[in-house]
Amino acid sequence: MGGTASKLPKELLSEYQELTFLTKQEILLAHKRFSELQGRENGPYGSRVSMEKILTLPELKSNPFRKRICYVFSTCDLGDGSLSFEDFLDLLSAFSDSATLEIKSHYAFRIFDFDDDGTLDARDLEKLVNCLTGETDDTRLTAEEMRQLLNNILEESDIDKDGTVNLSEFQHVISRSPDFVSSFKIVL
Amino acid sequence: GKDNEFSLYYVEVEENFEGGKEKQATRDGKRRRVRNSEVSRRASENRTTEAGIKRAEKKHDKRHKTARKEGEKHGRKQRRKNADAEEAEEESRKEKKNIKNERTKTLKLEDEKEKDVKKKRKKHANEEDDAKHGKTKHKDCQGMPLKEKKKQKQISESESKSESESQSDSDSESKDNPAGGVLGSLTPEELEKLKEAVDERKKLIATLRGKPWPMRKKLVSLRESQEFVEKYEGALGKGKGRKLYAYKVMMMKKWMKFQRDFENFKTACIPWEMKIKEIESHFGSSVASYFIFLRWMYGINMILFGLTFGLVMVPEALMGKPYGSLPRKTVPRVEEASAMNFAVLWDFGGYAKYSVLFYGYYNSQRAIGWLKFRMPLSYFLVGVGTVAYSYMVVIRTMARNANEEGGGDDTSFNFSWKTFTSWDYLIGNPETADNKFASITTSFKETIVEEQESRKDDNIHLTRFLRVLANFLVLCCLAGSGYLIYFVVRRSQKFALEGLEKYGWWERNEVNMVMSLLGMFCPMLFDVISTLENYHPRIALQWQLGRIFALFLGNLYTFIIALMDAIQLKRAEEEIVKKNMTIWQANLYNGTMPDNSTAPPITAHPADVPRGPCWETMVGQEFVRLIISDTMTTYITLLIGDFFRAVLVRFLNNCWCWDLEFGFPSYSEFDVSGNVLGLIFNQGMIWMGAFYAPCLPALNLLRLHVSMYLQCWAVMCCNVPQERVFKASGSNNFYMAMLLVILFLSTLPAIYTIVTIPPSFDCGPFSGKNRMFDVIQETLETDFPAWFGKVFSYASNPGLVLPFLLLLVLAIYYLQSTSKTYKRVNMELKKKLQTQNEENKKKNKLAALKAANELEQQRSNSASDLGESTLNGVNEESSSLDEAGHHRQAGQNGHFIHPSQSQHTQNSGPPVTATHTTTRTPASRGHTSSGHLPGHPHQPQKNSHSNKR
Repeated sequence: MGGTASKLPKELLSEYQELTFLTKQEILLAHKRFSELQGRENGPYGSRVSMEKILTLPELKSNPFRKRICYVFSTCDLGDGSLSFEDFLDLLSAFSDSATLEIKSHYAFRIFDFDDDGTLDARDLEKLVNCLTGETDDTRLTAEEMRQLLNNILEESDIDKDGTVNLSEFQHVISRSPDFVSSFKIVL
Repeated sequence: GKDNEFSLYYVEVEENFEGGKEKQATRDGKRRRVRNSEVSRRASENRTTEAGIKRAEKKHDKRHKTARKEGEKHGRKQRRKNADAEEAEEESRKEKKNIKNERTKTLKLEDEKEKDVKKKRKKHANEEDDAKHGKTKHKDCQGMPLKEKKKQKQISESESKSESESQSDSDSESKDNPAGGVLGSLTPEELEKLKEAVDERKKLIATLRGKPWPMRKKLVSLRESQEFVEKYEGALGKGKGRKLYAYKVMMMKKWMKFQRDFENFKTACIPWEMKIKEIESHFGSSVASYFIFLRWMYGINMILFGLTFGLVMVPEALMGKPYGSLPRKTVPRVEEASAMNFAVLWDFGGYAKYSVLFYGYYNSQRAIGWLKFRMPLSYFLVGVGTVAYSYMVVIRTMARNANEEGGGDDTSFNFSWKTFTSWDYLIGNPETADNKFASITTSFKETIVEEQESRKDDNIHLTRFLRVLANFLVLCCLAGSGYLIYFVVRRSQKFALEGLEKYGWWERNEVNMVMSLLGMFCPMLFDVISTLENYHPRIALQWQLGRIFALFLGNLYTFIIALMDAIQLKRAEEEIVKKNMTIWQANLYNGTMPDNSTAPPITAHPADVPRGPCWETMVGQEFVRLIISDTMTTYITLLIGDFFRAVLVRFLNNCWCWDLEFGFPSYSEFDVSGNVLGLIFNQGMIWMGAFYAPCLPALNLLRLHVSMYLQCWAVMCCNVPQERVFKASGSNNFYMAMLLVILFLSTLPAIYTIVTIPPSFDCGPFSGKNRMFDVIQETLETDFPAWFGKVFSYASNPGLVLPFLLLLVLAIYYLQSTSKTYKRVNMELKKKLQTQNEENKKKNKLAALKAANELEQQRSNSASDLGESTLNGVNEESSSLDEAGHHRQAGQNGHFIHPSQSQHTQNSGPPVTATHTTTRTPASRGHTSSGHLPGHPHQPQKNSHSNKR
């Protein structure tokens, strides 16, 4: 099945099904899209696609966190955000409909952790808010508003009062949110 | 750790070596037996381990195949083992004499074995890399996976260490006294341990997808644990149990595979996935939620349609008496002339009225056709079944939604939720994204302002007054619309009494039109009124929904009350017809045959027979007309309100004095709440009318199908994304609750009519009965054995039913109170966890502070000597501390604290002066430099990794 549509070996496909939250059709679709990005048909599925090409996907094009998403899911040592097919599957799995809250919140944390230091500090939060409010100046918050907002966020979710939000605090906050799971979704 | 694999192979060898040994014993003398067995054991050990390695490699190659053929493999293994044992026997015969040589040989061989294993591992790793990279090797990307693989190996080794130890123990024992050690190699405890290990691996396989690891790592660990499970699963169980176990394992695997395939199939069957996805990316999840709801509705209606079509309409059409055979199945003489006119058919009169589409057509014959299909019973049960099914589905969905939401009413994380969860990742359209940015910004600003103003609520009285005023206005609207409908319905009754022929189209369709128009314009009015109230958008949306709901409900119930009046009128008419009927029959008999001693066949044509008005068909017709007019108004408003408006705005914009696209008319937005409510009420009418008009589910299916395509098209081509993009999930159960209420309210009148009003005497499946539900009684008496009827009549005795009801109520009460206590316990546990967490964190923080202080002192000592270069050194120290895996928290906190402190202490250093100002870029750079060294891009990632683990 799907032998003509893609060159994914059957056993690998079933292993991917075992390891991700995706269905067979979704994996095959992902493979198709990925090999389109690669540019050549039937390319080996280990080779990588640069971040610029990944970001041309319409699903990611207007996402303010698109670069962070690439960096987080990339396993390349160079840190250039390029994705292999397996990284791509990881991405789709984490953003899929049936992924658990735990894994979603874990990746959300890493996406929001702009400097990769394992905690969300004031700078991370500021960058995050700036991403959310858009690039243009008229939607930006003023410095005063930003300060107040950051204070409020830290007051709410920084339980141990060390000035940063760490993973467990983040997950605690997220797990109670009514609409995180439904909105943290990307579907091909 | 490397011995694991041998020792386990060893177990297998020893187990099946028994047979060979016994043969030997019969051949050789008893004296030699001990020695021989030892030698042969050693030899066979060597051979089988080599064979085992080969086997393992083979297995590795064909892992996927063997996984599915567990049972077969098991058999093969056994055969192979026997062969091994025989070989070993032969060898032992040859090498009987030089035992000492043999011993040295075995030692050498053992060394070789180790080397082999190393080679094998390398090969293993290469193979896996090849599989992943597909021959093109990116050298820059290979460092990580190997490292991880090593870690994984270590983990797996440590996991199986315990059992390997036990194995080696038994190994040494058996070496000491080989005669006795052969059997004892697999003690129950070891088996237990092995089983535990295997179970652990299985659990790992099951939970692997929930682990936030990169795919490569997951793949490696999946393969390894699968291999492990495969290898040792066979060793579990003994004798007969083993076969059963293998069979069970195989069946489990097959079952899992089947389940996965079935899941795939199920998701492949869901229609309109791509359409909805497109809408999601254009308009966000709230608009898409309407379409998902529509699709869900479509599914339910599919089932309802299947029930009514398959069990009621088709049997009657195929097996029942044909058209024209009975008065109820024939168009009466008076209507015959106009029965085929389009206007009449469009109104569901004429031939449409006397067809399977309506209640009146069905015959009361108990069993029809060669199948002896119990038509009246089937009709009744389908009517009940559709309602029961709908209740079940709605309640189940609600329960599932409630589970998923799980305590989302906590408002203590207002700001955090706004920041962390407000982006809708489904949005793929730049325009929608811009709107989303804007709406997030305004919501941030609003909440900040709210936060400030919540302390000094100044004009609370004004808002209160405005809210009361708004509600008053809305109530006036509702009352007005209710009165209007009542007035119109009364007028239409007057028209109906005088005969509709004198009046035009408007008079005939007045009720439906007025209802549709009210449903169209009142929501707009409510929208205008709700601007007075100044609620938060989400709350405002709910108010709006509630008001429209009240409006629709009022309209519907006025309609039903009017219908009830009509039913009473029809029943009075029926009484008159009944009397006339006897007179007519008497006339017929008197006219044709003078002697009434025998019952003569009535020869009159069925079209000429006088008949009652059949109120059931009238009700069904009313509902069908309502549905049709509702559908028409929906589609027409869609066309005019959306499409033509969009066309006008688009093309007149070039020659108009103001900007139409951004000015007054602009493009319309998709009204989610109104559409959802329309859908819900439509469904309510279906539920209400389906009993009297079996065609309703079919009509509704058609309507939903067309709506899906039409609305998808309309949304994509002429609506603009909402200015304030909401998320839908919060209101999901709100819709479901409304659906449930509507379901309840629409089944009430239907059940009332079924239970209290006797059916018409000359039409429908229940004609001639006193009540519709008498059909059950009849079936019980005639189709079931006598004792069953007796039991049933005893069971339906109030003396039994009442206690049963009481028991049910008690059970509900009990379950509810237990669930409450569980909830409370849950909350308490949560609180406990929270406080514990905080305490732990405080402790860790103290420890970290201490450590930081110590470091600080050391540093200040060394700083005086080394000067500027200390910063890097300190960072190295701190990161090494982090990596050394001290307290995770401590490491983190210390890590965070001291760079800033160090920066404060040595502010004199020129490169670090800019760190704590508010300008962003240099500050952040200064900060990140504390996390890792420049020129080591990999380090932060690793840090975060180690933190997360």
